Amino acid sequence: MSGTAVASGKVEYTDSENRNALIAVKAHLIAGLSVFLLMMLGGLTMRAAQGTWIEIGVDLFYQIMTVHGVGVVGAAVIASTGVQWHFLRKYVRLSNAIFWTNFFIFLTGVVMILGSIFLGGYGGAWTFLYPLPAISMGAWSTGAAAVFQLGVLIIGVGLLILYLDFGRAILARYGSLARALGLTMLFGKEPVDPAHPKAVVASTMVLIVNFLGIAAGAVVLVMGLINLYNPEFQPDAMLMKNLIYFFGHVIINATIYASVIAVYELLPRYTGRPWKTNKVFLAAWFAIVFMVMGVYPHHLLMDFPMPAWAMIAAQVLSFGSGIPVLVVTGYGALMLVYRSGIKWSTTTKLLFLSMFGWAAGVIPAILDAMVTINRVFHNTLWVPGHFHFYLLLGLLPMIIGFTYYLAGEGDRNEQPKATDSLGFYAYLIGAFMTSMVFLASGANSIPRRWAVHMEEWVTFAQVGTIAAALVVLGTLLFTLRAIFILPGAANPR
Amino acid sequence: MISTVYAVTLACMAFIAAVFLFVIVNSKEVEADYPAVINKWYGVRSKWFFFLLTLGIVITFASTNPFPISDQKKEYQEDGHQLVKVGAHQWYWTMTPDTVETGKPVVFYVTGEDVNHGFGIYDENLTLVGQTQAMPGYTNKLVHTFDKPGKYKILCLEYCGLAHHAMITELTVEKADQQ
Repeated sequence: MSGTAVASGKVEYTDSENRNALIAVKAHLIAGLSVFLLMMLGGLTMRAAQGTWIEIGVDLFYQIMTVHGVGVVGAAVIASTGVQWHFLRKYVRLSNAIFWTNFFIFLTGVVMILGSIFLGGYGGAWTFLYPLPAISMGAWSTGAAAVFQLGVLIIGVGLLILYLDFGRAILARYGSLARALGLTMLFGKEPVDPAHPKAVVASTMVLIVNFLGIAAGAVVLVMGLINLYNPEFQPDAMLMKNLIYFFGHVIINATIYASVIAVYELLPRYTGRPWKTNKVFLAAWFAIVFMVMGVYPHHLLMDFPMPAWAMIAAQVLSFGSGIPVLVVTGYGALMLVYRSGIKWSTTTKLLFLSMFGWAAGVIPAILDAMVTINRVFHNTLWVPGHFHFYLLLGLLPMIIGFTYYLAGEGDRNEQPKATDSLGFYAYLIGAFMTSMVFLASGANSIPRRWAVHMEEWVTFAQVGTIAAALVVLGTLLFTLRAIFILPGAANPR
Repeated sequence: MISTVYAVTLACMAFIAAVFLFVIVNSKEVEADYPAVINKWYGVRSKWFFFLLTLGIVITFASTNPFPISDQKKEYQEDGHQLVKVGAHQWYWTMTPDTVETGKPVVFYVTGEDVNHGFGIYDENLTLVGQTQAMPGYTNKLVHTFDKPGKYKILCLEYCGLAHHAMITELTVEKADQQ
């Protein structure tokens, strides 16, 4: 790396480094969107099977369910990492080589996971909830379960290497994680710098929580692997559950906090208004560090031996987690767009939609995280209802909006193409319907993760199938655009 | 409870959608004095924050007093309760006894005999009335008082392998005066 930091605070790279970086980011986006599309086809298949429109074996259903879960998390991680890395490297010196290394380690993990599921028959869900991987009643082999967990472990290792590079670069530029997070400004040790990069604040938060989350994931994966080959080693099931949900909750949540950087960076450009860093923003992100890590026991509210204080803390922190988006990020985006004269393109529509999806998706999540409500909503389709709302209408619009920006949509001042509009509205209606049908199903007590639905529930699944088909159509058009236009697009100014 | 939660969710989501639509409708008109926009809406934001904070405190206090999960350390006695032992296996339930009566609290002692399962009680309308996890190495005590007699279904609510969806049994609830 031969570039130097310039006075404005932005890092300069050589032309070849920038060209290589742009290719790497595009590779992350294309890989992420392609995996998302395949996983959506899997989701469509599952809904059609539940709706009795197609027939598939229960073993295949649960294999698809497993690949759908792990694939969506993986796609979210790899695409959001692309978004985050693209912006973070402007402020701190990041290594292209390490970024690529993580990408290829990720692909290796994906191949292992796909092999374990479709060759080995592993169908123990992406949560690999101990001791299910080891006790399948003959449905899959020990080897298949081991390869699945090794695949997840390898992906985690790749990410840890990338985060080490993030940490090194942030420390080199800011001296400490606390300073990068803006704590010295928040607590009055330094004057508030309105230009302090939000990408750095968000990335520092993601770095801290994901490092710990992945470390917990590595511990539980290794313990699970030992149990597979030495069944006499039987770790405490509650401990394992805590570690798994801490890992799972943190890693999927962090993807939205990494991707929102695109909104922070791009919405000011499209509205022509500054989005300044202030103490409220810094306080919100400081709180998020603890809330993202502390809320995971809301997955364990029906595990009654959990301490009551942990359940109440999870309920309070879940409510608290909604405040930063409802009061700071979502609210800030609304102020930025209000009477701004913004030109609505596919990029801006998607970025603004992402704020709605995140803010509205908070509601069913907060309610389900209340102990008294969780008693009749836990593990019903309410749960996929709220996280599909987050992911389809919050996270993915951030990633796809960024992809459109990178494809140069805004630069050429072009009108939205008919296919883009078709893609956007098919996606919008489909994603909204998919989530709302899940929520309605949850309100009718329909359990999640059931291959075969009772007769009374079939209509919900059929409506869900139509909704999922619209999501697939929209995502297909978005992904085709990414595949055909993104590779040749220049770096946007 | 379920329908109330659903209605509150839809109402809150509709409110957020209305705010976003309001901003979209007002996005074309240009207000050049952005600091004035900020000053005006920052004032609203402070009130919004304190409203959410107050709401959170009130909801937390109201929903956790009394704590909605039964005391797990308590030894429940047969004179005031009906005790039911539940074992969750791949892929069947054992439940002793499988008949209880209305009006008297039932304490389900639930454990997982192999992997994690979820013990979900559904009424005759297939509405979930209560649940707990069934974990290996742990016994969860779920206390529930049935108001209506009938044939209740027990469904598995934690993915436990290929026949998870077929893990169904029945619990009979009889009217107290019939026994």
